[in-house]
This record gives sequence, C-alpha cells and structure tokens, in this order.
Amino acid sequence: MRSTAGSTAPTGTATRPEHDGRVRRFSTAERIVHRATGYLMLLCLVSAACLYLAPLAQLVGRRHLMVTVHEWSGISLPLPSLLGLFSSAFRADLRRLNRFAVYDRQWLRAVRRRRTSPEARPAGKFNAGQKLYAGWIAGAVPVMMFTGLLMWFMGLLPFISRTSAIFVHDVLAWAITIVLLGHMRRAFEDPEARLGMRTGYVSRSWAQRHHSRWLGEGHASDVSEKADQA
Amino acid sequence: MAGKPKARAGGAPVGRRAMLGMLGAGAAGLAAAPSLQRGWEGFLGAASQIDATGLTGLLPNPGGFRYYSVVGSVPHKDETNYELQVGGLVERPKAYTLGELRAMPQTRVVHDVVCTDGWRVEKTPFEGVKLADILDDAGVRSAGAAIRFTCFDGAYSESLTLEQARRSDVLVALNMQDKPITHEHGGPVRLFVAPMYFYKSAKWLSGISVTDKVVPGYWEERGYAVDGWLDGADRHSDAA
Repeated sequence: MRSTAGSTAPTGTATRPEHDGRVRRFSTAERIVHRATGYLMLLCLVSAACLYLAPLAQLVGRRHLMVTVHEWSGISLPLPSLLGLFSSAFRADLRRLNRFAVYDRQWLRAVRRRRTSPEARPAGKFNAGQKLYAGWIAGAVPVMMFTGLLMWFMGLLPFISRTSAIFVHDVLAWAITIVLLGHMRRAFEDPEARLGMRTGYVSRSWAQRHHSRWLGEGHASDVSEKADQA
Repeated sequence: MAGKPKARAGGAPVGRRAMLGMLGAGAAGLAAAPSLQRGWEGFLGAASQIDATGLTGLLPNPGGFRYYSVVGSVPHKDETNYELQVGGLVERPKAYTLGELRAMPQTRVVHDVVCTDGWRVEKTPFEGVKLADILDDAGVRSAGAAIRFTCFDGAYSESLTLEQARRSDVLVALNMQDKPITHEHGGPVRLFVAPMYFYKSAKWLSGISVTDKVVPGYWEERGYAVDGWLDGADRHSDAA
C-alpha cells in the first residue's frame, strides 16, 4: 500500500512522478470513502460466510460474535459515502456516475458484441459498466439493510414475515457476492486503475486510452454541474 | 420536471434508475417471497436428491440442517465420557451415563424442525427419553417451577417452565432420523422441544437443573423470546 506513484506502472514513461505526466483521478476524501466502504463490505461478507457456510461455521463457531460483527459492519456500510457527501469532488463524481452519455450506450453495445479494444469502448471518467455497478450497489445495500434490520429486530413490521426477509436477504447476498467478485476481477486486471484508487493519480496515456472522453470534458462538466445546481 | 436542460447537459440519469430499479426489485421480492420460496424449496428438494456435490446446501433455504455453535470448538463426547447431571430442586440428584439413558423407555416424536433463521426440516423423527420421565425419576420438589439446561460446549443454556418440560413431545433425544445423533447435530444427547423453535432444543446437553423460576437461556439473554412457541403450536396440549 505504500508504493510510490508509478512504481507499478507498466511502462517506463509512465513511472515518472512528475505531475505533467500524471492526471488527478481521485481526491483523498474519495479514496478514503472507497477504502472504508471496501473494508466494511469485506468484514460484512466474511462474517456472513462464517454464519452461513457450514464448514466455516463449524471451524469458527462463536455465533454471537459473528452476528455482532455482521450487524454492525452492515449497518455502517453507507456511512463513508454519506460522509463523502461533504466533499465536492465526491459529489461531482456521483453526478458523473449517474448521467449516461451517448458514448455509454456505445460502450454497452461493444460489450454485447464482445469487442474489447479501448477504441470500441469510449468512456468518460467512468465507463458505462462502472455507472451501472455504482447505481445497482447503491440500491442493493439499502435492500440488504432493510431486510437485515427486519431480522435483527424481530416483529418490527409484523406484516412482513421473517422468512420473507431472510429469503430476499439470502438471494441478494449471493448476487452482491458475484457482482463484487466481478468488480474486484476488473481491478486486478488493470494495475493502473488500482494505482489511481491507491494514489489518486493515473498516467495521461492510460486515461486517454481507457477514458477517452474524460480529459476533454472540463468545460462541459462545469456547465452540467452548474445546470444541476440551478 | 426541469429535466430537459439537465438531460442535454449530462444525459439520462441511468445510475439513479439502476438504484431505484434495485430498490423496486427488493420490494417486489419481499412481496413475492412466500410464493417464490415455495417454488424454490420444491426445486431444491428435487435438486438435492440428485446433487452429489452438496452445492445445493449453499443456496438460500436449502433442505436440511445448518450448523450453529456459539463457541469456537466443542469437545467430543461418547459412551466412555458422556454424563447427564440432574440436580437442583430435586429429591434424588443423579448422573446418567449414555448406556443408562439408552436402557430407559424410548419415545419417538416426529415433528417439523423450524429455525428462526428461516430453514425448516419437515417431519424429522427424534427418539429418546421423555424429559418428564427423568424429572419423575429425580422427584421434583414443591418449590421447583422451571428447568435450566446446560451444555458441554461450556456456554449454551436453555430454559423451560415445568409445565412445558412435562409435555410428552419434549425429549432428551438420543436418535435423530433413526440414527444416533452425531456431534455436529448436538450428539450424543440433545434436547428436542418439538412445539418450539429449534434454538430451544439445546445441543450437547449435559445438565438438567430444576429451579424456582425461569432463568433465560443463551439466546434469550440476547433478545430471543423465552417461550419459543412455533406459530400454530398447541401451547397447552399434553398430547403430541
């Protein structure tokens, strides 16, 4: 985690720490939000596995401790993002994640046709997959919290049976696990993307190749931000 | 809506739609859960018959039991070292070996096992000694009003009122599904309280103590109901 900017970058030209070759991708606040959310999610999933998977449950036991870790990591999962709302960089990126441009549909078409070259998949600061992932997980976490609270406080809403809450919680837990594995696989495939999340900076060449519509957006996004605030 | 200029500037709010769509799917899932679950259980029941890998056990609401323990590891006990202590407010405190319990009259109770966590195993046969017989053997003193159960995992405990404990569908169970109860299922001896949720059926039973009032058990100190009646259980019947 303490490698310097560029030390894991693939090419010699990209390893120069000069700012002219590097582009600011994430602010410190955004990286803290991402890391805190990631650790909480990991804690939540590992404790869930210790409660749910028989071999792990037999190995670990300590059911009350695992329940407590699971409940509190789950309930605090949205906190980093909520605190992140105090950061204007985080709010600006939320707006970017929300809005779908014409080239995002082109990106999705390229995925459907299994075209993998960066030229076939134009993207702004975030590509269409990242946008859909962010929106989906932002909806899935509240559903998990709601059904989880129904199990935690029995009889909170008597018209929803505990069995129903558990069913939705279980099914969605597997969906989240699969989607998160996909999220992490994408990150492991792209060292420069991980570097961006770790140090805040990426190489200009990477940005131009994988997020071709990002660096040029400058004025356009300022306009849209003003329009949003108006 | 003032959506038009925004839409031109930033595009359609697909992220928000994905989020709202997922929230809607969650609500629909809750509404449809009872019927979805019936179909799912039917499918799993059929699938687990031909599933040699055991993977169906990982899916939501699989058929069969799940392993719960409140401690890190539980000692194994068998004929050579198992002992059931009966004490408290009784005339004749006593310790039973596994062989002595097996030599007593055995009762068979077939009932659904239902866990508060949503899983259920239908029509599960248990065999063992009626708790009422053990209490009669020991002779409950007039001050006795409840039972406290302790377990050789060193942490778990449970409770019943004396009236509940004397029901004929409450067993000190030795067999489950016509086989001696394995360690994973709480063997060699566990409690089986048929009309209540399964957390009342303490595993690894090692102590029965008559008390003058109900002492809440392990999960009951952590928010569970002291009386764990199943929905629709006949709470006062003695006939099982």
